Amino acid sequence: MSAVLADMPKSDMPKSDMSKPVAPATTKAIAPSKGDRPWTFYVLATLFSLYVVALYGPMFCIYVLSFQDIRGGLVFPMKGHSLHWFVDLFTQVRTGDVKGSFDRSIKLAVIVTIITVAVSFLAGLGFRKRFRGDTLVFYMMIGSLVAPGLVLGLGTGLLFQALGLNASWYTSALGAQLSWTLPFGVLVMFAVMSRFNHVWEEAAYDLGASRWQSIWLVMIPVLAPGLVAVALFGFTLSYDEFARSLQTAGSLNTLPLEIWSMTLNVTSPSLYALGTVTTIVSFIVIGASLGTIVLIQKKRGSQAKG
Amino acid sequence: MQPSSSSAQTPSRANLAGWLYVSPLVLVLVPFFVAPILVVLAASFFATDGFGGLTPGFTLASYVEVLHSAPTLKLYLATIKFTVLTWVFTLIIGFFVAYFLVFHVRNQLLAIGLFLLCTVPFWTSNIIRMISWIPLLGKEGLINQALLAMGAIHQPLEVLLFSDLAVVIAYVHQLTIFMIVPIFNSMARIDKKLIEAAIDAGASRFDIMRLIVVPMSKSGIALGTIFVVSIVMGDFFVVKVMSGGGSASVVSAFYEDVGVLQYPTAAASAVLLTLVLVAIVSLILRTVDIRQEITR
Repeated sequence: MSAVLADMPKSDMPKSDMSKPVAPATTKAIAPSKGDRPWTFYVLATLFSLYVVALYGPMFCIYVLSFQDIRGGLVFPMKGHSLHWFVDLFTQVRTGDVKGSFDRSIKLAVIVTIITVAVSFLAGLGFRKRFRGDTLVFYMMIGSLVAPGLVLGLGTGLLFQALGLNASWYTSALGAQLSWTLPFGVLVMFAVMSRFNHVWEEAAYDLGASRWQSIWLVMIPVLAPGLVAVALFGFTLSYDEFARSLQTAGSLNTLPLEIWSMTLNVTSPSLYALGTVTTIVSFIVIGASLGTIVLIQKKRGSQAKG
Repeated sequence: MQPSSSSAQTPSRANLAGWLYVSPLVLVLVPFFVAPILVVLAASFFATDGFGGLTPGFTLASYVEVLHSAPTLKLYLATIKFTVLTWVFTLIIGFFVAYFLVFHVRNQLLAIGLFLLCTVPFWTSNIIRMISWIPLLGKEGLINQALLAMGAIHQPLEVLLFSDLAVVIAYVHQLTIFMIVPIFNSMARIDKKLIEAAIDAGASRFDIMRLIVVPMSKSGIALGTIFVVSIVMGDFFVVKVMSGGGSASVVSAFYEDVGVLQYPTAAASAVLLTLVLVAIVSLILRTVDIRQEITR
């Protein structure tokens, strides 16, 4: 917390305010640990609730509408209920190769996740200390993050074309996606590492640990929840990546590309069924990740006790 | 360049170690960010035979064409309009949602739970989240049905879907999370004692907001702004779908150009857009040193 206080002069706090007569301010506390809620609490609570409703409302509509029967349409009222559109989604040729693209997207996301975690972790370690040219690498990363995905995708596609290589989801699309997940991963790593207490690392060195031992035995276990967070970021960013994959995926689509082409030519609740399925998959992934974090914490807790 | 303090390394060894750690990152970014950007840059100076074939050379024809065509200005104005509107709404909502979670929810577990509640929809496909507005905003959608039933309108409103309004709604729906997360992060690190001290010193709630909370959330706001601005300016499919083809943005025009194999003009407009983005982002980075704030 001392770092926060050290920042105080930067927060433009006028010194003159300090010398003003001090008024009793107990009722004006913005976050008191006791006492009545100020009126702003109710205003902000309402805003928050409205935000959550707007966030979930539309999505629940499509989940509900995807369970209609064969007469179903794209809008309410709901017509009957069945699993017709889910069956339709995976069996009909006209809705495209959902199964194949789904498969590819999951595989691609897993590969991207593994690479993102490993590379972001190493880069995070590298950026802890200044080195000649670190700013260049940092700006390269920011550039990769903000560059329009479609432009970068086109550039990668043209590059592969010029080099005589075939674009495919596991080469050019993989690279294009990494150019987007890695900057995110490294930025998250910065935040994670800023909370790492260097004393533990120093202690490991003092006890004779080598650099790699201190990384494997001290840093990785301590930072594990943060690494899971990076993994989660990597997975979902890749699973959902569209613009960068468009020109780089080659002849076989990933899931977002498939959804995109569906929005252009399918006007049935199949589209909504796909939304429901992808959401379920996401929830399984998040559930597994959060479960891992809880498991790690529990294990650590019991180790500390025993 | 400060020498590393913990171990007795010479500066050159520290440099080598740093580069070793970031080398995998660089090995991905060079072929998949630097090289593609250079390819696009090169393509913008090439001539074309009109059938997708590129003739290596150096001509500014594509830039002249892009800069001289009347639609370019219109596209930029449209893109800037969407960007500014989205930025304003996501910033207002994001800031106050983060503020509410950090300073008003007293139970920390509840705050984290509510925070997760906000992030969950982020795990669903963007495209799916976008089309989820159709049953609501459509001509026969829920909002029109409700308004008709209430007698507030007699004809379904057409402006709700396939309009600029729908585009901004979809963007705000998708991107507010990019504001909430970084702002929440930087706000959560504000020491509560600082605020108590300010209260004791007689600061009003507005003073605290203006003099402590906003300045200390600056890095979060800057990071969120970079995310939102670069995503909106680099996006095309929200504009394409939610406006029903009625509006266009710089990137959607780029997409059309690529579709008809007009690579040089597409590349030229991409280079211009990237320059605009670089200018905006470096302006933000100049005001707030994100790296310093994140790693502190």
